[in-house]
Amino acid sequence: MDEKPPDVGTMSIGPAAKAAARRAAAGAISGSAAAVLALAAGAALIAAVGANPLHVYARMISETFGSGYGLGQVVFKSTTLIFAGLSVAFAFRAGMFNIGAEGQMYVAGFAAALAGTAVPAGCPGVLAVPACLAAGAAAGTVYGGVPGLLKAKLGVHEVINTIMMNFLAFIFVNHFLSAGLAEPESVHTAAVVESARIGKLDGVFRALEGSAANWMFAAALAAAALCWFFLFRTAPGFRMRAAGLGPRAAAGAGINVPACRFAAMAAAGGIASLAGANFVLGYKHYFEQGFPAGAGYMGIAVALLGRNHPAGVVAAGILFGALSEGGLAINNEVPKEIVEILQAVIIVFLVLGDTLGRRGIERLSRRRAPAKEVSCA
Amino acid sequence: MPDAVMSWVVLAQTVRISIPYVLASAGGAFSERGGVVNIALEGMLLNGAFAAALAAWATGSPAAGIAAACAAGALTALLHAFLCVTARADHIISGLAINLLAAGLTRFLLKAVFDSSANSAPIPAPASFELGIGGGAGILLDTIAGTPFVWISAASVVASWICLVHTPFGLRLLASGENPRAAEAAGVSVAGIRYSAVCAGGALAGLGGAYLAFHAGCFSAGMSNGRGYIALAALVFGRWHPLGAAAACLLFGFAEALQIGLQGLGSGPAVQLVQALPFMLTMVALAGVVGKSRPPSALGRTGEFV
Repeated sequence: MDEKPPDVGTMSIGPAAKAAARRAAAGAISGSAAAVLALAAGAALIAAVGANPLHVYARMISETFGSGYGLGQVVFKSTTLIFAGLSVAFAFRAGMFNIGAEGQMYVAGFAAALAGTAVPAGCPGVLAVPACLAAGAAAGTVYGGVPGLLKAKLGVHEVINTIMMNFLAFIFVNHFLSAGLAEPESVHTAAVVESARIGKLDGVFRALEGSAANWMFAAALAAAALCWFFLFRTAPGFRMRAAGLGPRAAAGAGINVPACRFAAMAAAGGIASLAGANFVLGYKHYFEQGFPAGAGYMGIAVALLGRNHPAGVVAAGILFGALSEGGLAINNEVPKEIVEILQAVIIVFLVLGDTLGRRGIERLSRRRAPAKEVSCA
Repeated sequence: MPDAVMSWVVLAQTVRISIPYVLASAGGAFSERGGVVNIALEGMLLNGAFAAALAAWATGSPAAGIAAACAAGALTALLHAFLCVTARADHIISGLAINLLAAGLTRFLLKAVFDSSANSAPIPAPASFELGIGGGAGILLDTIAGTPFVWISAASVVASWICLVHTPFGLRLLASGENPRAAEAAGVSVAGIRYSAVCAGGALAGLGGAYLAFHAGCFSAGMSNGRGYIALAALVFGRWHPLGAAAACLLFGFAEALQIGLQGLGSGPAVQLVQALPFMLTMVALAGVVGKSRPPSALGRTGEFV
């Protein structure tokens, strides 16, 4: 969250870095507080339907982090959410609101699956996997780039456009599926060739046996690190953040703000595409109709909870992944939808916490203001 | 075009499909013209549908269902207004949180009350009238005259148009959406106006949800199915004017009815093209290819004005 240019080395231990650290700590504290308050509200709801909240929460933990399979499922679900969250957070940093991760991962997953079925069977994995990832990324980048371009060139707000494009993604991909690209009597494509599949983690970590966790999780962590490095340690990343923080000031400093916005949306589409690859290449090995099931929208919540910081996104992605897997585990005691409610309530508390924080800062600055006037007089 | 496509049946279907869109987009007009972005229409429709089903099932009275739907929509809107106006949260984030909450809460309650993950118990529907005009245009007239929700929707649209454009409240609302500081300086309570507009809009959207439940004969999980977003698109396409939005809703409803008609003739690219039309038209309208659709100036601004 530091707002200093990356090349001012001597500043790194100065007030800017301290302020950044303070902001990061404040973000972590308010995020955790929102999560804890939401869990308390959830406990009331659980008690209202006649279950024991402590028991339900304990089971949610023991059946996710306490079991190998559960942990693997958390890892798998977190992978999708981390990519989706990074996609949203990256665009956010450049001042763009990417509600389109859902559609971007849909077209990208479809493109990756088509590429995976088109690759010759004898093609080695070192070629097949990158080819499929690239096909997905190309589709996602184009799909994210369009609303970015409309914003950059015509000034059209990206929110409505990305929502519209989510609908369009579903309509057209489903059309291609029903027009012969799906296997007969099914809503999924043919399986991708063996060499285009991404390895499951249980091949190395035996404890995760049977879960869908795959190496895309490592890619998600790497992507988060790359996003952090790009945004906070490179000049183009700095320009993007400047365009997001203060478009007018950035433009005044010679930064091409429209170009930053377009690039950020295109990149966000590319990042979202990896969530599609996680599902298609890492888990099912084919594209299935309707797979994101709201993961793109959940990515917005993840980015928000993660304070649009890559490290925060990873933590928030794991929390939300654990919640959604934990929901399945307790479904026989309490409807698993308790988890969706928890996730929504976390956002509400987070937003309220921000307001309180802002009000506090305003009050402090108001209290200091008269003192200044006196000293001037 | 074959009869199955361009027929009175399709037009009658258009009217039925458009009802929730018309109500939700009229609700959206109130909120957005006052400066509050309303992605939460989706959640308001869903909560309205569930409340209608719950109340109608519990009391046996469709009227109670309608009242409950309006109340649920308004209550959902109250949360949106609180987050956007009082807490000064980003309107889109508030809307998304509300939609997520509505999706979770209605499914949760569906299981808790009706012990099902798909449908509620069947509910009594409001009376509809069989005029029995029949034949050709009669089918359309029958639908329009025989469905009370059609009258309610039409009345809502006209009422919101009059309210927005021809009343002091409406002028204050538009001022709050265009230039809240100026409105505040002129003695308008922008926050108060926005609260009342968002809540009134929520009640309308809730009513749209009630129609969904009554039309289906029960509540089904996730039955709003993106309609709130489509209503929002219609609002954009109709240039944020209640009458324009209603016309856009009818156009979108027609595209949907046409698509259902075409599907009966066998699947071809035309079906998807018709299905995609509302979304593409909205993007084109926003891009300003044929006369730009311009949002209220202060739409979505979260800055302090009070």
